[in-house]
Amino acid sequence: MSDTKKHKMKSAKKMRDLMTTYYIDALSASQNNKQVAWITSGGPVEPLLAMDIIPVYPENHAAMIGASKMGDDLCMKAEEMGYSSDLCSYARADISCSVVKGGPIGGLPKPDMLICCNNICGTVLKWYEVQARFYNVPLFILDTPMCHTHYHPETATYVRAQIDEYILFLEQMTKRKFDHEKLMQVGRLSIEGQLLWQKVLNTTRHKPSPMSAFDAFFFLALIVTLRGTRVAVDFYKELNREMEERIQKGIGIVPNEKYRLLWDNLPVWYQLKWLSNTFSDHGACLVADTYTSAWCGTIKYIDKDNFLDSMAEAHTRIYLNIGVDQMAEQVLDMIKFYDVDGFVMHSNRSCKPYSFGQMDIMKIVRDKTGIPVLMIEADMLDSRNFSQSQVETRIDAFMEIIKQRKA
Amino acid sequence: MITAGIDIGSITAKAALIKDNKLLATQVIPTGYDHLGAAIRVFEAVLRKAGINKKDISAIVSTGYGRASVTFADKAMTEIVCHGTGAHFLNPEIRGIIDVGGQDSKAILLSQDGKIQDFAMNDKCAAGTGRFLEVMARAMDVKLEQLGDFGFLSNTPSKISSICTVFAESEVISMIAKQEKREDIIAGIHDSAASRVAILARKINIKEPVVMTGGVAKNTGMVEALKKHIKCDLIVGDLPQETGAIGAAVLASKL
Repeated sequence: MSDTKKHKMKSAKKMRDLMTTYYIDALSASQNNKQVAWITSGGPVEPLLAMDIIPVYPENHAAMIGASKMGDDLCMKAEEMGYSSDLCSYARADISCSVVKGGPIGGLPKPDMLICCNNICGTVLKWYEVQARFYNVPLFILDTPMCHTHYHPETATYVRAQIDEYILFLEQMTKRKFDHEKLMQVGRLSIEGQLLWQKVLNTTRHKPSPMSAFDAFFFLALIVTLRGTRVAVDFYKELNREMEERIQKGIGIVPNEKYRLLWDNLPVWYQLKWLSNTFSDHGACLVADTYTSAWCGTIKYIDKDNFLDSMAEAHTRIYLNIGVDQMAEQVLDMIKFYDVDGFVMHSNRSCKPYSFGQMDIMKIVRDKTGIPVLMIEADMLDSRNFSQSQVETRIDAFMEIIKQRKA
Repeated sequence: MITAGIDIGSITAKAALIKDNKLLATQVIPTGYDHLGAAIRVFEAVLRKAGINKKDISAIVSTGYGRASVTFADKAMTEIVCHGTGAHFLNPEIRGIIDVGGQDSKAILLSQDGKIQDFAMNDKCAAGTGRFLEVMARAMDVKLEQLGDFGFLSNTPSKISSICTVFAESEVISMIAKQEKREDIIAGIHDSAASRVAILARKINIKEPVVMTGGVAKNTGMVEALKKHIKCDLIVGDLPQETGAIGAAVLASKL
């Protein structure tokens, strides 16, 4: 077993402390007369920060539940409540957690409002409706039509109009005028944070890679939860410095990195360590992934001087809300940029929009690059959909093919 | 130089010996509960069969689901690369492999020089595997070896719609209750399993000539159903079950 702990990252502890502070603030919000909004991972968070509302992410919470291996129990609890086992495991875990107050932090703070953006999937609509009924709080839905080919003017007008409604909704909820001045500050910090996150991810272009996708899955939490704050900007500046230092010293996250791989879809949260070690034992490093780059992938559409208009576009054109051809283009770009030897796809039982289209992307990648592609069947949270010995055989065979090709 | 390959599958354990690129002997025994024990027994049996002493073996490669349990092997390799190597060793023309084993079915695409180009395996479900056929043989009250012959007698195979082994079994039982002909139900079972395996072959755009390996290759009814569903001819060699062990022995000679 290889020792990935050897060059432990200093930023990891800092990040844990920041996340703890964030959740303590959120959990004690009502005592401090602050409002809490639950929001989907792809939702526009900046207006919330501008109005001094604490955003909380059920999806980030679900990832923590998964990493703590507490997902199965909560999923089963939801099934006892009558939800289908075919329902997204994040949704199942979140819904049952609200009832039993389980998970690593005893559940999320009660929301004052819910903000749901369907750019990541359709499940969130019903999931948030269920929670709106359970907590008896208002729900705001931002509907972002799929961009199969282009961002049409009709789409732009439609989504932009909803941003105005969103602002009205927040004014009603807070009984205050919307603070456009503060939104500009938050917007600038959000853009800066996203650029710094992109820079962190880009460092893995270096050989050997100073970190892996498994580290990115971990360091991602801040750009999700604290996007638009000074805290996130400062942290990612520091993380960039640490990555640069590792590159200077030639420290790779995988000892003797021989093969570089690209990961697709959400992480298998309850098997991160095993997957990391299994690939590492083959001298393989997952240098990048399509998932963590989603929190900086649309930065090109954002204009700091026209934040509200451009925010509408950026939220509509995220990776999960575009056509398969465009998704494949992004994958091909990443394969080239990170110079990878193979592509590992996680067919995620829970995440339909992410997993639908994978066969086409697989075919496009094979035809255009010729690199081996592996499909692993699993689930991001519900380990009952994961078979270790089957996945191990597939990974071993995939690595044998890559070794054969590079020999 | 003599090398050995040991393939510990979910139902049977196989061993093969190779000397100077020639096959010396093979052996098949039931695996049972103890993987290492099965590996030792099948290895000793194949040595006895070939009249060779253990100390003359230069290298051993293990494969199959129990590959990690074979502690005396020099290296463990996956059944994908072993089946590929074994099929290429037995017939260098082969480009495609359909392997249906006890708990696994897979399709493998080989390059002209016998390297693995691509593969696809069944998901966590047992439908389309040897275990599925075992369960069905029991439900139909026939011996596993007889399934193939029965399937041939039917002109009107029953339609089994369930893709899950457990549900398919209850579907079969309801067909028995309705007194559908045994041969029709069995042909339907083969059709159902073959359609699952054919998906794997199509996933990787399998190329001819295609060989069938694994224990299920001995079921002629299943082979015919597969030909129909994959829409190509299938070669069944003399040693379909032992192909993985042979490949492991070949790979051991290259260690």
